[in-house]
Amino acid sequence: MNREEIIETLKTIIEPYSEDAAALADIDENTDFIKDLKINSANLVDIVLDVEEKFNIEIDNDSMAKMLTVKATTEIIAQKLEEHAGQ
Amino acid sequence: MTTEEILDQLPYGKPFLFVDELLHVNENGAKGTYTYAKDLAFYMGHFKNHPVTPAVILTETMAQIGLVCLGIYLLKGIGTDQNISIAMTSNAVDFLKPVAPGEQVTVTSEKVYFRFNKLSCKVKMENAAGEVVCKGNISGMLIPKENG
Repeated sequence: MNREEIIETLKTIIEPYSEDAAALADIDENTDFIKDLKINSANLVDIVLDVEEKFNIEIDNDSMAKMLTVKATTEIIAQKLEEHAGQ
Repeated sequence: MTTEEILDQLPYGKPFLFVDELLHVNENGAKGTYTYAKDLAFYMGHFKNHPVTPAVILTETMAQIGLVCLGIYLLKGIGTDQNISIAMTSNAVDFLKPVAPGEQVTVTSEKVYFRFNKLSCKVKMENAAGEVVCKGNISGMLIPKENG
């Protein structure tokens, strides 16, 4: 799965958690979940749990703390998928 | 951690404490009771001349026993002794039967997940006859405070 595919999948995960249709339409690498999409910390947890399920990976506390933007989240997903592939 | 220690840690006070007794708690869930005293203030207006326990109070009772008592237990279990900030973040509850003034209810919760400080539980409330009066899912954030 390449970065673009990860971002596309991520968009479908994020969509139900934001009320801001305009910001959702403009999602790119620099989108910040809390500042741009107005997602609260409780829904951020749900997004991370959905990411785990959708990509079949496990997110630890340190990774979770970094997952505040689309870019950081995509990087973590890509890294976890690579670790998975190497096993 | 004993059930008394958990009750001592609850951040609620009268008139908004809805836990009398914590019967048991382990890492998978909690069970406790509360009796709605007949003279609770909200019965005067909910409803005029026809007192019924408000659904929002039933939900709060389920959250205090099922989620907050369990959450305090779980956070101690992972080795923190700080105070805890609490916020209910979502609930979806079905109300099946009314609860009259003076009734005792028993709340039982089952942990769905506790990840990244978010606790999600399946919770049910039963009356003294053992009938389910309400049930649903409640979630909240439990964040240990830095300067307890």
